[in-house]
Amino acid sequence: MSTTRTAEASTRVAERLYRKRRIVNRVAIILSCAAAIFGLFFLAWILWTTISKGIGSISLALFTENTPPPMQAGGLANAFFGSAVMCALAIVIGTPLGIAAGTWLAEYAGARKIGTVIRFVNDILLSAPSIVLGLFVYTLVVAQMGGGFSALAGAIALAFIVLPVVVRTTDEMLRLVPAQMREAALSLGVPQWKVIVQVLYRGASAGIVTGIILALARISGETAPLLFTSFGNQYWSTDLTQPMASVPVVMNQFTASPYETWQSLAWAGALVLTFFVLVLSMIARAILLRNKTSND
Amino acid sequence: MTTIAARGSVPQPESRRDELQDKGFSYVLAFTAFFVLIALAGAALSMLWGGRHVLAQEGLSFFFSAEWNPVENRYGALVPIFGTLVTAVIAMIIAVPVSFGIALYLTEVAPSWLRTPVGSAIELLAGIPSIIYGMWGLFVLVPVMTEYGTPWLNDHLGTLPVIGPMFQGPPIGIGMLTAGFVLAIMVIPFVSSVMRDVFLTVPSRLKESAYALGATKWEVVWDIVLPYTKSAVVGGIFLGLGRALGETMAVAYVVGNTVRFSVSLLEPGTTIAALIANDFAEATDTYRSALLLLGFVLFIVTFFVLAIARLMLMQLARREGLK
Repeated sequence: MSTTRTAEASTRVAERLYRKRRIVNRVAIILSCAAAIFGLFFLAWILWTTISKGIGSISLALFTENTPPPMQAGGLANAFFGSAVMCALAIVIGTPLGIAAGTWLAEYAGARKIGTVIRFVNDILLSAPSIVLGLFVYTLVVAQMGGGFSALAGAIALAFIVLPVVVRTTDEMLRLVPAQMREAALSLGVPQWKVIVQVLYRGASAGIVTGIILALARISGETAPLLFTSFGNQYWSTDLTQPMASVPVVMNQFTASPYETWQSLAWAGALVLTFFVLVLSMIARAILLRNKTSND
Repeated sequence: MTTIAARGSVPQPESRRDELQDKGFSYVLAFTAFFVLIALAGAALSMLWGGRHVLAQEGLSFFFSAEWNPVENRYGALVPIFGTLVTAVIAMIIAVPVSFGIALYLTEVAPSWLRTPVGSAIELLAGIPSIIYGMWGLFVLVPVMTEYGTPWLNDHLGTLPVIGPMFQGPPIGIGMLTAGFVLAIMVIPFVSSVMRDVFLTVPSRLKESAYALGATKWEVVWDIVLPYTKSAVVGGIFLGLGRALGETMAVAYVVGNTVRFSVSLLEPGTTIAALIANDFAEATDTYRSALLLLGFVLFIVTFFVLAIARLMLMQLARREGLK
C-alpha cells in the first residue's frame, strides 16, 4: 500500500520535473526566436529609414553637381569623386602590402613564433578603432606636412584599414591550397617565388579578391579616419595634396546642419552608400559561395 | 666524371639567378609582414608622442582628474573614460543575451532552410557604415526615446532604490543609454556570428548523445554546447566589447557630447572616440595633445580587450586542432 503511494508520488514528482523542463525549453526557444526577430527588425528599420528619407533626393543632379552652399540645390559629385579616388588609392597601397605580408605568413613563417605574433597583431589591427588609425596618420603625415589636410593622408589612413583584411584573407586562402600543388611544382624545379606567384595565387585568387572587396566595402563608409586626414572640400578637387571631399564626411557635415537641403542630400548620400556597401558584401558572399560549391 | 663534379660544385648561372630571386622575394615578403608589427607599434607610439605636452603639463593626474576644461587649459580624462566604459557595458548587457539567442536560433531552433538567409541578414547589419547608425539613431531612435523611452524609464525604473538615479533624467533622448543601445545593435552581428561559428564546432555525437538521453534543446545548448565552447564564447564577447569601446561616429551622434560627469544614463555624456571626432579638427596645442593622449588610452584599452578575445578564441581552436 505504502509502496504504491511512494511510487505514485515519485511519478508525480517526475512528471512535474518533466513539465518544468519542457516549459524552460519552450521559453528558451521563444526567446531565441525573439532575439532573431530583434536583429532582423533593426536591420529592416535602418534600411527603411535610409530608403524612405533618401529616395526623394536621388536624381541625376546628385551625381553631376557639386556640394552646394546652404539653401541651394546641388549634388554630391565632388564627394563621390573624392571617395572613389581615396578608396582606390587605399586599395592600391594596401593590397600589395597585404598580399605580400599574408604570403609570408602562409608560406615562409612556418611554425615560427614570429609568425604567430604577427598573425595575432594583425587580428588586433583588424578590429582596432578606426579613429585611432586616423590619429596615427594625422601625426604621421598631416603633422609632418605642416598641418595641411590632404587626400593622400586620407588614402593612407584607409590603407591601414585595408591592410589587415587583405593580410588575413591571403594568409587563410593560401593555407587552403593543397600541399600537393606546391610539391608538384617544386619537384619540377620551379623556384619557390614562381610557385607562389604562378601556382598558389591562382588557386587562392577568388578568396583574395573577396578579401579586397570586403575591405573596399568597409572603407567606403569609414568616416572617423577621414575627419582629420582628408578633411573636406566644397569644390571639385583632383589635387592629392589638398583636402578632398568624401561622401561620409560630407554626410557628417550636412546632417549636423540646420539646412533642409543639406540634410536631404546627406540622406541621399546615405542611401547610395548603404546600397553600394551591401551590394559589395553580397558580391563577396556570392564569390565565396560559388567557390565553395565548385570545390566540392 | 670531372664534368659532373664540376657541375655539382659550381652552380649554373640559371639556378644561381633563381636562388637570388628567391631570396630577394622572401626578404621583401618578410619586410611587409614586419611592417604590420611596425604599423601597430607606430600607431601607439605616435599618439603617446603627440600626447607628451599634456603629460608634461598635467602629469599622471590626467588619467584620474575629472576636470576637462579646454578654455582654462585643464585636462583630466576621467569623464570620457567613464563614458566609454559605461556605453560599452550597456551595449554588452543588451548584445550578449540577444546574440546568444540569435546563435541558438541559427544552430538549433530554426528550420535548416531558414538558417542561411537569416544568418546572412544578421551579418548585413555588420556591413552598414557606422555613420548610418548615427544618423538613424539621431533622427529616428532619439525621437522614440524622447516620446516613449525616457518617460517610461523615469516612471518605472527611476523610482527603484539604488539603480533609480541611473534612470532619472530629462526627456531629451540623447545620452549614454541611447548610445549604448545603438552600440548594442552594431556589435550584435559580430558577437552572434562568432557564437554561431563556435557552436557549429561542437561534435554532433556529443549533442546526439544528450538528445538520446532525453535532453531538451535548451539543456543540450546550456549543458553541452556552452561548456564546450566557453572560452571562444567569451572571446566573441570581448571582440564585441573591443568594437563597442572604439566605435566613433554612431556614438558621436547620439551621446550628447557633454564632458560632464553624471550618474544618470539619460543625461548627455561623451566617450573618448566621440570627443576626438568632434573636437580634434579645431583643437590646437595642448588640447590637441590631450586628445592624442586620449587616443592612446583608447588604443591601449582596446588592445588588451582584443588580445584577450584572440587568446580565448585561440584556446578553442587549439583544442580542436589537437583532436
